[in-house]
Amino acid sequence: MEYFVQQLVNGLTLGSIYGMIAIGYTMVYGIIGMINFAHGDIFMLGGFAALIVFLALTSLFAGIPVVLALLIMMIVAMIMASLWNWTIERVAYRPLRGSFRLAPLITAIGMSIALSNFIQVTQGPRNKPIPPLVSSVYNIAGISISLKQIIIILITAILLSVFWYIVHRTPLGRAQRATEQDRKMAALLGIDVDRTISVTFIMGAALAAVAGTMYLMYYGVVVFTDGFIPGVKAFTAAVLGGIGSLPGAVLGGLLIGLIESLWSAYFTIDYKDVATFSILAIVLIFKPSGILGRPEVEKV
Amino acid sequence: MASAPTTKAAAGAAAQDPILKVEHLSMRFGGLMAINDLSFECRRGDITALIGPNGAGKTTVFNCITGFYKPTMGMMTLRQKGGQDYLLERLADFEITKRAKVARTFQNIRLFTGLTVLENLLVAQHNALMRASGYTILGLFGFPAYRKASKESIELARYWLDKASLTERADDPAGDLPYGAQRRLEIARAMCTGPELLCLDEPAAGLNPRESLALNTLLQGIRADTGTSILLIEHDMSVVMEISDHVVVLEYGQKISDGTPDFVKNDPKVIAAYLGVEDDEVEEVIAEVEEVAHEVEGGQK
Amino acid sequence: MATVSANPARAEASSTARALREAVFAGIIAFGLFVLYVGLKTDQNISNELILVQRWGLLAIFVGVAMVARFIGVLYVQPFLKRRRTAKSEASDLELQPSYFRRNFSTIAIIALVLYPPLMVALFGTQGSLKWVDNFGIQILIYVMLAWGLNIVVGLAGLLDLGYVAFYAVGAYSYALLSTHLGLSFWVLLPLSGLLAAVWGMVLGFPVLRLRGDYLAIVTLAFGEIIRLVLINWTDVTQGTFGVSGVAKASIFGIYSFDVGAANNFAKVWGLPMSAAYYKIFLFYVILALALLTAFVTIRLRRMPVGRAWEALREDEIACRSLGINTVTTKLTAFATGAMFGGFAGSFFAARQGFVSPESFVFLESAVILAIVVLGGMGSLVGIAVAAVLMIGGTEILRELTFLKAVFGPDFTPELYRMLIFGLAMVVVMVLKPRGFVGSREPSAFLHERKSVSSSFTKEGHG
Repeated sequence: MEYFVQQLVNGLTLGSIYGMIAIGYTMVYGIIGMINFAHGDIFMLGGFAALIVFLALTSLFAGIPVVLALLIMMIVAMIMASLWNWTIERVAYRPLRGSFRLAPLITAIGMSIALSNFIQVTQGPRNKPIPPLVSSVYNIAGISISLKQIIIILITAILLSVFWYIVHRTPLGRAQRATEQDRKMAALLGIDVDRTISVTFIMGAALAAVAGTMYLMYYGVVVFTDGFIPGVKAFTAAVLGGIGSLPGAVLGGLLIGLIESLWSAYFTIDYKDVATFSILAIVLIFKPSGILGRPEVEKV
Repeated sequence: MASAPTTKAAAGAAAQDPILKVEHLSMRFGGLMAINDLSFECRRGDITALIGPNGAGKTTVFNCITGFYKPTMGMMTLRQKGGQDYLLERLADFEITKRAKVARTFQNIRLFTGLTVLENLLVAQHNALMRASGYTILGLFGFPAYRKASKESIELARYWLDKASLTERADDPAGDLPYGAQRRLEIARAMCTGPELLCLDEPAAGLNPRESLALNTLLQGIRADTGTSILLIEHDMSVVMEISDHVVVLEYGQKISDGTPDFVKNDPKVIAAYLGVEDDEVEEVIAEVEEVAHEVEGGQK
Repeated sequence: MATVSANPARAEASSTARALREAVFAGIIAFGLFVLYVGLKTDQNISNELILVQRWGLLAIFVGVAMVARFIGVLYVQPFLKRRRTAKSEASDLELQPSYFRRNFSTIAIIALVLYPPLMVALFGTQGSLKWVDNFGIQILIYVMLAWGLNIVVGLAGLLDLGYVAFYAVGAYSYALLSTHLGLSFWVLLPLSGLLAAVWGMVLGFPVLRLRGDYLAIVTLAFGEIIRLVLINWTDVTQGTFGVSGVAKASIFGIYSFDVGAANNFAKVWGLPMSAAYYKIFLFYVILALALLTAFVTIRLRRMPVGRAWEALREDEIACRSLGINTVTTKLTAFATGAMFGGFAGSFFAARQGFVSPESFVFLESAVILAIVVLGGMGSLVGIAVAAVLMIGGTEILRELTFLKAVFGPDFTPELYRMLIFGLAMVVVMVLKPRGFVGSREPSAFLHERKSVSSSFTKEGHG
């Protein structure tokens, strides 16, 4: 039982990271209906930004408090990732808006390849390990929970609340939801659609950057290929939860995290990704629009 | 040729023989009863019109007949010329066209816009050509049987292009045609499947008077030349009254009238449904209508 | 933007000012983008700790390049493109007679390909031709064939498949395993692995029939990854990441062998000096034949009911069902046919490499193949072949650009930039030509005259 709960905690931590990335996928998909394949690499860029800032901080101010360092890393990573995602949207996706549906998918894949190779070229192909930032571990009723895990789950919860508030309670969120429903009509009603879409990319990137920072803190290492597997899993999470749905993305992320850690704990770790993908396939085959997604009505 | 367009319909002899019998059809969407215990018949060789106010469930009936919806209850029997019966509710949508020989068009035109007009008509002959090509294998090796069938399919397409007056545009993309031509092409395409029953969902919607006229000619030509029975949904009363032999009126998923165009036109229930009056006022409306009808007749004399 | 100012000099000045403004803005953005990633580099010191190396000079170059590029872009390229577009739209009324070269492009290309290996031998000698025949010829033709195979699924049937590499892997492993364990020859296993891949195409296609669009994309991606992960982890059979090595070479229909020790070795029999080049030249013709077979079958199928049904499926699935087309079998045949060609290509790949490992079947390969299909113009065989030559050949050429070392110093390895440039090229080509190189569609039948269908009418499928 304790072992199970322990795995549950581990799964939730991992799931939080996936959930945060998945939101970026789901928001972009919701608003312009494209799979932003480069999103996983934005997450990786965020991780690298956090890494570089961490190194800069420790070399400039040796005794900086960990909380402050984490906060600065997170904020800089958010700014960097947002700027990148904004630029990518401007350069690679906006010119293709309204054309052929596959075109932006291909530019997104191209961007994904370019971004990971850009980091490989500029930062080198090797793993980038850092000393553990936070190492306290608490023991509660036989279950050990590390401070890292608490931080991750807490930050995820806070950010999701903020996000939920933005999307459902602010004019910006209203503009986003309107654009999602009917872009032309939204434009006719005076919503700056281009700006709304840009903001959506920025918001998604900011969350991915937080996830990147958390990932760096949790695993203590980042490498230029890190965008792909977490990216695909986060996208899987978004689809599993029902793409376009914010709570669905979080739910999907948590589910994927749980599946992964429980499978690794009780079966073989080798096949954990196979398990994740198989469950995705099975869920979609029986519920093609995901868990919380609106079913696609076939209009005849 | 699949549908033998030269056979003349023996309309009189077949008059008593229903091609389609719909019995106790009900369709429920969640809590909404879109069709409630509907029964009607289409006679062979007739043009049957299904009319009713918006939201009466006409398209739902169509989608049940053509297999796009599975009805909650009820039985739909299609009897072919040869006498075989098909229970439509038991067939998958594509089998209804393939085996029961029911073809349909759509309210919002569904053409293959990126294929040419001719290709649209060839796609419709899929099943016949599939057999002729030995399910692709013989055709792949260039057997003459397929080449012959391929030529015949183009001839059939040419026949229907001619009927729909689209021969000129045969090699243009279907998406490039004007609206009225797209409607005719959709009907021609449905005819290329060689149907015994043709279901048309608002064929005259959005047409200008000239296109409307061309449509009437096409439909009457279809009935006269091939003997295909037609079931159509229509809002345009002039089309309904002019070409249909038999009219079924729906309101809120139930049949409120059924008969010849003249009968239906003067049925007070129909008038009430279209004008939207309360049940207890129906009597008054009937009186008014009869009065007006007398006046009109008097005026014509 | 062309200003309405009557004074040309003033218009000039204002557009220069605008270009300057844009350039400064681009510089700021570039500075923001690159300050961390280019300006600082994480490096390991002697005690294996990460340290930061500062590269502000390089950052300045990046920012400078961005500014200059933006300035030139706004001042010269944008007006030029605009003028060309207006010129084009005016000229489009005129029916342009395509040149002789264009009309007979396919024939000329095939003849050129047949003559390619002897030409290379003549130019670079037997040993020198190896690189050109193998790295360029065979490599490109494999991608052409894969892209033509995927084109059936994506370009014709409109089913977005992101896991096509799985069938390539099935073909490769079928050949590698069956030839090492059962000792069957290439010519027996080639059709067999195609068949196996086709079966897998149906097996994986069946559950996803109901899925549409992006859901289909993600599940096919998942299937691709599952197959790769199984290949990695099922070590008893596949030997995991070590891969299967010592895969038998193909022979010339069993008459001549290319094994060095064999009595009927090609070079020995003909008394030629030993060289790997003969085998590669032979392989070149094999893959050329396989690719042409793919093209031939695709062209044939397009004129048959099944091919037309694929294209109709791409345009409107509901209309297909209303015409009595069984969409389930139609989709499955598309998956199976596409997969079969992937399987052929896979077994060829295994025979060429003599070694297969899961490394060769990563998602990136699927993405590259899909990119070639879309860049070429979905459904167009010629466009796809051109795209494959440009994208694969172009990036292969980067390996050869050793002279760049003289420019950027001896540490410069052009290979490192290969995929970076590949990714950026995908973006640039797509933005300039969203419909691919050949956007129009050739009809499969005609009554009066063959007219190609403009891409604005064709759809790209919903699932």
